[in-house]
Amino acid sequence: MANSTSILEWLGFRKASGVTEAGWGHTLLVGIVSFIYFLPVLFIIFTAIKPQDLALSVPPTISPTSLFGLIPDQYVFTPTLENFGSVFSRVMTPGGSPEATGFDRFFFFFIFISSVSVLLALVIGTFAAYGFSRYPLKGNDTYLFIILTTRMLPAIVIVIPVILMFRVTGLSGSYLGITLLYTAFNLAFTIWMMKSFFDELSTDVEDAARIDGSSEAKVFLKICLPQVVAGLAATFVFGLILTWNEFLFALLLSNADTRTVPVAMNQAVSSGGRGTDWTLLASIETLFLIPVFLVTFFLQNHLLRGVTFGTVKR
Amino acid sequence: MNTAVRDLPAPAMFEFDASNWKLAILAGLAISILAALALPASLSFWVIGAMAAMIAAVFAINAYRRKYYGGLLVAPAIAVLFVMNIFPLLWSLGLSFFAYQSNQQTIRFIGLNNYIKVLTNDIAAPANWDALINTGMFVVSTVAAQMIAGFLLAMLFAKQFPLRKYLLILVLTPMMLSVVASGVFFTYYYDPTFGILSYAIGEVTGEQFILMDNKLGAVTGIVFADAWMWSPFVMLLVLAGLVSVPKYLYEAAAIDRVSKWRQFWTITFPYIRGLLMLALLFRTIEAFKLYDLVYILIRGGQDTKTIAYLIAEIANEQNKTSEGAALSYVILFMVIVLTNLYLYLANRRNQGA
Repeated sequence: MANSTSILEWLGFRKASGVTEAGWGHTLLVGIVSFIYFLPVLFIIFTAIKPQDLALSVPPTISPTSLFGLIPDQYVFTPTLENFGSVFSRVMTPGGSPEATGFDRFFFFFIFISSVSVLLALVIGTFAAYGFSRYPLKGNDTYLFIILTTRMLPAIVIVIPVILMFRVTGLSGSYLGITLLYTAFNLAFTIWMMKSFFDELSTDVEDAARIDGSSEAKVFLKICLPQVVAGLAATFVFGLILTWNEFLFALLLSNADTRTVPVAMNQAVSSGGRGTDWTLLASIETLFLIPVFLVTFFLQNHLLRGVTFGTVKR
Repeated sequence: MNTAVRDLPAPAMFEFDASNWKLAILAGLAISILAALALPASLSFWVIGAMAAMIAAVFAINAYRRKYYGGLLVAPAIAVLFVMNIFPLLWSLGLSFFAYQSNQQTIRFIGLNNYIKVLTNDIAAPANWDALINTGMFVVSTVAAQMIAGFLLAMLFAKQFPLRKYLLILVLTPMMLSVVASGVFFTYYYDPTFGILSYAIGEVTGEQFILMDNKLGAVTGIVFADAWMWSPFVMLLVLAGLVSVPKYLYEAAAIDRVSKWRQFWTITFPYIRGLLMLALLFRTIEAFKLYDLVYILIRGGQDTKTIAYLIAEIANEQNKTSEGAALSYVILFMVIVLTNLYLYLANRRNQGA
């Protein structure tokens, strides 16, 4: 397939991707499917802006507006932003005054540690994936498989030795410990994913560059890496989502000051013994959604561009 | 591509050189053993750590000087994984040969007894086998549902159309939610008194509808929630494959009047096979660990306990750490067999193609 057409494509003269054009009719179809798929999330977001006493009403209230009379009044509620305030500060003991819950700090540090660990995993993992793909070691597949096995055991089994290890080293309950653990947690996926992207690339351009005297480092940075930007973006988003959702390690390894958001959310919602506080849970979840939603949205162009857009396929 | 560069001779055994990894291992091991014997545990831990770092550095220098780029590139990843994952894994493997409970101080070597117990004990074994059958059922049903739903969604998004960007993010959001919160909200959707599902069905049939009161309903509820959450994962991977298919292949196929079905199998499928395999592999591995939804939605009731649920119960609630470890190694063995089968089939197809 490495003919003159492909080289032109590589230089960006023509689209190589198999995306065909479709009109508004297709938009309507996909819109309906997407909307149905999104409904449970929409309900959570609506619960976040519901008055607290309507959270468990029968019949359930499902919309903040009546959509010009389309939805009967019994299903409509008046939206409020009160619940978001109570995420950060609310009455914790019966009859007491509002207290700060520390959620601002949890949010900030959790965003920080998850981005650091995902980026670290991406850097280390991309190097490793490139190594596995281009300079196969003796027993390459065995190494890759061992890396995969680290994802196979239930977290509860690994977490006990990790707790003991962290206690000895003093990493227990620190952000550093959780960051390192999450880096490792993301590595297996990053390596496998990036390797499959590197494997897809043709080596023709690389070999041409080597013949022209490029160093190995330059081949990697200037030729291979730009071709897998979409892969990097996809892996980053996946890593962020997986980290952002991780619960068990965080529950057992963090202390009161270093809670991650899922743990703090669980704590906030289940404390007090009055059952689930639905509006609080929904508002934390809605706030929790915003950062990863934004990251995904801004990386989307890369996700959609086509993995091997404008590259010479093997 | 790099055949002529490995001409630097390896250093002799006892030559004091920064790239002499044999000497580094020897010295590192000797000092580590001495430290472990002579110093208290908290100090010797750091000494052993330093020795490991030294050996790693010597390996890196050796690899750099002799241009073993493969090893050099892979080393940091292996190091992180070894410390944070493989070492704890081996630790729990060791633990599975001992009688150890995390709430007690005593520890006693009992060989294979934990394994014999989880596989043959009159009380424990039937529960384990039940959980294993449940796990198998969940793996097959959730992975199949995710692959099908993810694939169909990807087919929808594999075209360029107005507002594509905004609609795609709607479909991706279920994956972004925290499993804890969305799981808890699914208990609400399924709730017989307050839930939307029961309300909607009740309005139509006039009877109270309870989804979770039998095993089939409970399993359906769990599979639905899991498939809803993770189909976007499959979708994104398949989509990445679909958009990378060069357009001219379809154009050529259209000229040759190849049927759509044949176009799919001869053009599209080879391009998405690798990513489809990756999705299948990771979803299967995750499905074997299905725990949180079973716990949040039904607390393991209606005979829906999975192996991961049972392990968490044994290791965490009953504090039988080593028994839980033994059970999870039985599972690990099965997952390894299964994934190897996958990879074998994938590689065979690759070579056949």
